[in-house]
Amino acid sequence: MRHIISVLMENEPGALSRVVGLFSQRNFNIESLTVAPTEDETLSRLTVTTIGDDRVVEQITKQLNKLIDIVKVVDLTEGDHLERELMMIKMKANNGTVRAEIKRTADIFRGTIIDVTPNTFTVQLVGASSKLDAFIEALGTANIMEVVRSGVSGIARGEKVLSV
Amino acid sequence: MELLSGAEMVVRALRDEGVKFIYGYPGGALLHIYDAIFTQDDVEHILVRHEQAATHMADAYARATGKAGVALVTSGPGATNAVTGIATAYMDSIPMVVLTGQVMSHLIGEDAFQETDMIGVSRPIVKHSFSVQRPEDIPEIIKKAFHIAESGRPGPVVVDIPKDMTTPTERYEYEYPKSVKMRSYNPISKGHSGQIKKAVDMLLAAKRPVIYAGGGVIMGDASQELIALAKELGCPVTNTLMGLGGFPGTDPQFIGMLGMHGSYEANMAMHHSDMILAVGARFDDRVTNGTDKFCPTAKIVHIDIDPASISKTIKADVPIVGPAQAVLKEMLEQLQAAKSTPSAESLKTWWEQIEEWRGRHGGRYNTNDSELMKPQQVIEMLSKVTNGDAYVCSDVGQHQMFAAQYYKFNKPNRWINSGGLGTMGFGLPAAMGVKLNFPDEEVVCVTGEGSIQMNIQELSTISQYGIPVKVICLNNQSLGMVRQWQDMNYESRHSQSYMKSLPDFVKLVESYGHVGIKVERYEDLEGAMREAFAMKDRMVFMDIAVDPFEHVYPMQVPRGSMRDMWLSKTERT
Repeated sequence: MRHIISVLMENEPGALSRVVGLFSQRNFNIESLTVAPTEDETLSRLTVTTIGDDRVVEQITKQLNKLIDIVKVVDLTEGDHLERELMMIKMKANNGTVRAEIKRTADIFRGTIIDVTPNTFTVQLVGASSKLDAFIEALGTANIMEVVRSGVSGIARGEKVLSV
Repeated sequence: MELLSGAEMVVRALRDEGVKFIYGYPGGALLHIYDAIFTQDDVEHILVRHEQAATHMADAYARATGKAGVALVTSGPGATNAVTGIATAYMDSIPMVVLTGQVMSHLIGEDAFQETDMIGVSRPIVKHSFSVQRPEDIPEIIKKAFHIAESGRPGPVVVDIPKDMTTPTERYEYEYPKSVKMRSYNPISKGHSGQIKKAVDMLLAAKRPVIYAGGGVIMGDASQELIALAKELGCPVTNTLMGLGGFPGTDPQFIGMLGMHGSYEANMAMHHSDMILAVGARFDDRVTNGTDKFCPTAKIVHIDIDPASISKTIKADVPIVGPAQAVLKEMLEQLQAAKSTPSAESLKTWWEQIEEWRGRHGGRYNTNDSELMKPQQVIEMLSKVTNGDAYVCSDVGQHQMFAAQYYKFNKPNRWINSGGLGTMGFGLPAAMGVKLNFPDEEVVCVTGEGSIQMNIQELSTISQYGIPVKVICLNNQSLGMVRQWQDMNYESRHSQSYMKSLPDFVKLVESYGHVGIKVERYEDLEGAMREAFAMKDRMVFMDIAVDPFEHVYPMQVPRGSMRDMWLSKTERT
């Protein structure tokens, strides 16, 4: 099962490499990883998506908690949560039919065309990872020139917060 | 406030932490620190002959005392030579602080002379690491390093110090912090009372209970609590390789070590038990054998200070996170306050069964199939000559298992071996580290002719500082454990497991100024051993010829259950 694990850690040099190293050292899988500082500049927020059974995910959260730089760990998928990922996708758009098709699909998915040249469109799309997958599927891979995805960020719904 | 350079702060902080000895080897990146060492007398530096030995000395001190040992090594090769020692400590959860030199800050990342990214290299084998970025941070970093190394589940901590952090002419106000607080690190100090209650109820109801105690009892200083609990319950106790000495080896309730080379009765008792109380042990693969067949009828209570050790390989029915000492103490209190007691009748039946197992095999070996001495005989003699009271520092291989099986450890912290990593070359420097700190105690290195050659250069360090350890070398002229596996699984094709061109160990140690004794007949063993131990102020190396065809038994059948064992070359359970 897919899990979204959110981590609050000290904004120290080397902290990220300890997290990434832990995953490879213990043979845990990483689907995506995002990290950036928070409003408190001493803390970074890291989100990792991983696939594993309950035993593996329990080990992942326990092992993450053991790292000295890590302040808090939560498996967001245990409760109600929101997940978002940003994608920028560059496509061949060199005739009217294709351009119209991309524009229409982008509208349906509530994407935005953020760059246009005579031969290309670049679309920005935000949503759960499955929505981004669905967009790619809807358009087909034939016209795709480049895809860049941010990896998942997640937050709990309601009043629950991850903070010190 | 006193002004000190970074180099002086390093040494002063060690003094203020109460460190008596540090073990190390100088080099370019450490010259300022070595100069600061030269100008004081509080911290004594022991110059090893290879950095690996420095880490093992620091590690063994920690195993004997529970306090972090300190190694000091230079950048590049000095640091990488320390890696095996750091990994050894990490695998056995041993507190250690390793100070590594680093090239000047402005050169980092430029492939400078003797540069290695030690923070990166050591990352998977440390509890934590620090890189000094400002000299004024040194006292706090060192305090944190000791705090992290010694508290919670202990482990090694690396402090990487670029040379320009120690410049003698740049001075800063020095004050050693009394304590440190870290928001991201708060080791647990007691167990959950509700969980302990559940465990107590299970213990009271159990008909065939076993206590399975590991290294957490030793490092958690919980031996007295374990003994008290076991006496209250009257149940059998087995120790892991790391836990030996945590429960007295001569106590009738002790059923021996468990696991791959565990005793017949310990493995049988585990397999047939209805309740296992695991204390400071981690259900390692060398203990459980096939996890799918592990102790099918047992409910499991698992006490460990590290939540990640619980339900990692074997699911616990009642997990209890906390230090062994505090949890066992509370468990005993609850047990004594309980209205009922364990059923004396079921306990009697359980002990009759265990005694029957003990009587059936009970650690016997055949002394008639060889002209040569058996390695087991040597260990039994050692146990007799030292009254089971010596610090026994072992290397890795058959001799290690024989020592674990046949030396009767009655006290904790006295069995010092590389259990998790299995580091050949550990024994001699470990013995040196213990002897330096306990000059009045008997300290023995049990080794083989293979392992001893992995750190034999330390014979020179022993001369320099006069460290009178005793080496018991079980010389079977082969890498015995490798050879045993080749006998059992590769039709005795002894690929690279024999030792040709062995040195004359007697002459070798004599050239360093030590005493060498060669023993070839069992009749001579006791006399020679007593003679060796009578030489209190000399290092004595006993080169003892033993049967090269001997195997370690019992040996669990791979991927079987705990009770599936080879009991000799021909008998299987």
